[in-house]
Parts: sequence; structure tokens; C-alpha cells
Amino acid sequence: MVPQDLRFAETHEWAKIEGDVCTVGITSFAVEQLTDVVFVDLKPKVGDTLKAGTAFGEIESVKAVSDLYAPVDGTVTEVNKALAVDPSLVSAEPYGKGWLLKVKVAAGAGANLKSPADYESQIATQGH
Amino acid sequence: MGLRTPLYDWHVAHGGRMVDFAGWDMPVQYTTIVEEHQSVRTGAGLFDISHMGRLSFRGPGSLDLIQHVYTNNAATLQEGQVRYGLVCNDRGGIRDDVLVYRWPTEYGMVVNASNREKIVAWLYGSMAGRDVRLADRTLDTAMIAVQGPAAIAMCQDITAFDPAKLSNYYAATTTYRGEPAVISRTGYTGEDGVEIVVDKTQGPTLWDEFIARGAKACGLGARDTLRLEAAMPLYGHELNEETDPLQAGLGWAVKFDKGEFRGKAAILERMNTPRRERVGLALAGKRIAREGSAVKRGAKVIGVVTSGTFSPTLNKTIAMAFVDPEEREIGVPLTVDVRGKDEAAEVVKLPFYKRGK
Repeated sequence: MVPQDLRFAETHEWAKIEGDVCTVGITSFAVEQLTDVVFVDLKPKVGDTLKAGTAFGEIESVKAVSDLYAPVDGTVTEVNKALAVDPSLVSAEPYGKGWLLKVKVAAGAGANLKSPADYESQIATQGH
Repeated sequence: MGLRTPLYDWHVAHGGRMVDFAGWDMPVQYTTIVEEHQSVRTGAGLFDISHMGRLSFRGPGSLDLIQHVYTNNAATLQEGQVRYGLVCNDRGGIRDDVLVYRWPTEYGMVVNASNREKIVAWLYGSMAGRDVRLADRTLDTAMIAVQGPAAIAMCQDITAFDPAKLSNYYAATTTYRGEPAVISRTGYTGEDGVEIVVDKTQGPTLWDEFIARGAKACGLGARDTLRLEAAMPLYGHELNEETDPLQAGLGWAVKFDKGEFRGKAAILERMNTPRRERVGLALAGKRIAREGSAVKRGAKVIGVVTSGTFSPTLNKTIAMAFVDPEEREIGVPLTVDVRGKDEAAEVVKLPFYKRGK
């Protein structure tokens, strides 16, 4: 069961929208697919504009590199610096300490994202 | 659907993430690559290597045929001894890296899965009237590797012959549950351990016995990180038809004084031309320098990465690369272009990891 207070992108990013603050991360499904995370490359700086659907960084595992895609439009207010020191936080706590960005968003942000139930259906068919 | 080893069902049933490897459906990992890797360095890991080619040579012309295609000297092998060498094309490039086994009445050769059909064809093409019965035993047999400091002890009473009695790179014919088997003190991880060949019908039983004794199933992902730490080359990366043994750092496996062999003259000629040579690189950051990444000194491209990964044992990013021969100096600051960004690196001595005595 994915956390029920989040919204999800098809590309396995999650968005937690609380007023005009949106926290962004990747799901436990994504983390389980990757295993062995060695590096998280978050390109935005505080103040940068984020456009939904565009890549904002990379997550690298022993076997492969995957792009990270912005689930919402907004302005970056915080980048998780802890991941530069310990990228394994993403694997250990994908919904907690492994968050990636905090973004200032407008009203209605994330409306086009999937509900927990829809995302769960998606990953049930993807499987592994 | 690719070829399936006798252990395929076990891999799938136990969470193996299956991929195509050289036409075989093989597991990359079951849990995580790092966990599987560390089990080999600290305990015992179990590898299904049934996909590798197992050839047998019978008849009076066998040694001569092997000597004709193989760069090392098979004539000095003792019974039960195993030796690494290359098979080269007539331009001196490497067609495969192989192990040759000497038995009382036959010779064996283990070849890479990706080169099995190529090498069989090469052997037939090189026969020239020699009296040799060549057989490909691959599809009739299973081959399992048990690797790690706990591996030898774990083998007690499995095969009739106890591999604790084997020296490094020696093998014995024996039995497993009454059926013929081969056990060799060889491996591709840099640890102590064995590789065991049994009839394909016995593969699952043998595998289950080691699992029951606590060996951890390891996939191709860990196989790669382990061999890379031990600086062992991988065909298709460090070795290919355009690369000769000397530039790959395998001159020790080439015996120019043993007589003629295919590619000998070309290898000698190539020695006179500067060409890129294999080195080890250690990177400062954690981004992995993957195959094909350019190695640079300043703005000048001086080489290319052939294998790269994260080393769990050293907790750093490592790579093997071929660089211009004058750029082999240890400690000189270099960079590797990883997806458009220059990552700091330096040449280091190989191997990256060597097991304690």
C-alpha cells in the first residue's frame, strides 16, 4: 500500500501537497526496481522554476541511471542535501528522509497526477 | 525465449530478475547486488554458470589442436591442472579467453557463453586433419560456482573428492551422488572457491544442497562487481577481436616459446606499434564511469572505459579503461566524461582487490 496522502506520476515520482508547499520524492516501487542506489543528482537550485514532466535530475544505481521527472510546476524552495552525503536514504525512506525537493506550487497543482489507487493499479501490472 | 539452464525454475521461483545474457535467460540479482557481492567476500556465494561453454577433446590430436589455437602452453599441464589462456584470430585479436583442463584421457575447455558457437566453429576450422573428437557438453551439464572464504569448507562431503585437497587451478574428476562430476579450484570472483560440473539432471539437487548449507544465490550483477574488483577481464569489454593479449595486460598467458599458434606472428608484430593499454581507474565521486566513457587529461581524450561500477568492498567507484601507453602513470589526475560531466579520476594499480592469504 502506498501512502494514501500522496499523488503519483506514471514515472514513479510522488507529490505531497500541503497548501502551497509540495514535497517530491520517488516511490518504494521505484526504489525496489533500482536497488543499489549509489548517487542522486538533483540539478535544481533554490529559486529555479520546475516544469511538470521535465527531468530535474538522475538517480544512479549499480546497474543503471534513471531520470527524475518533475510531477508538478513550481519554484524550488529546498533541495535535500542529505542525499549528497547518503544516497541510500532514498532506498531506506523513500517517503520520509529520502525526499528530493520541496516546491512552491499554485492552487490546483498535482490535480492531473494519479491517486494512490490508480498508481497501485499501474504498478500491479508492471510488477517484476 | 532464450536458452534456460537447469536452474532456471529456481531462479524465477526465488525472485531472480531475469535478463538475456548471450542468448540465455539468466538472473541479474535476487536481492541487491551489493548484498550478494558482500556474501562472496565474507561467506559463500552461489552462481549458476551453466551457460558457459564446456567442450571436450578426445583423440591423439587433441593436445596439438589446443596448442594450435591457444596462447598459453597446454603441453606443460599436469593431470588435473587448469590453465587460463586466450584464443586469438590471425590478426592477433582475442576471440575468447578460456580455461583448459588436462585429464588422463581427454582435455576440457571452458569458454564464454557468448563465444561458444564461435569457438566451436573456430576449432573445427583449425582441425586440419588432426584426429580429434570434439564434443560440446554444455547442454547436457550444469555448472555451479561456490565462491568465498567459506566455500571450501561448505563443500565437505558433497562430492566424493574433497576440494580442500586441491591446489589453486587444479581440478579432479569425482562423483556427486554416484554420478560423474568435475570439481575445480577456480573462479571469477577473486575469492577461494570451486566450480562444479554435474549432469544437468543433478543441477537442481546440487544447487539446493549449497543453499541449504547457507550459500547465498548471486546473480550476474554481483558476478560483474566481484570480477571487476579483482581486475579480471570480461569478453566484450576488455577483450574483443580487435584487442591483443599484451595490450590487455595478459602477456603472462601468452607463451611465445611453446611453438606456433594462431595469431602469434600478429601479436609479435603488434608489439612494435603503440596501442592503448589496460589500466585501472579510481574515481573521486560516486557517479559510475560506464563502458564507452572517454578518459581525458585536460581537454585531450586519452582513452576509453571498458568496464565501470561501484566497488562495495572499497566503497568507491572503479573502472578499467584502455589508455594511450604514455598515460599509464599512477596518480596523475585525469577525468572521465560521465554523461557530459568530467569526473575526477586517477590511474591505480591493479587489482583493486586481492584476497588475504
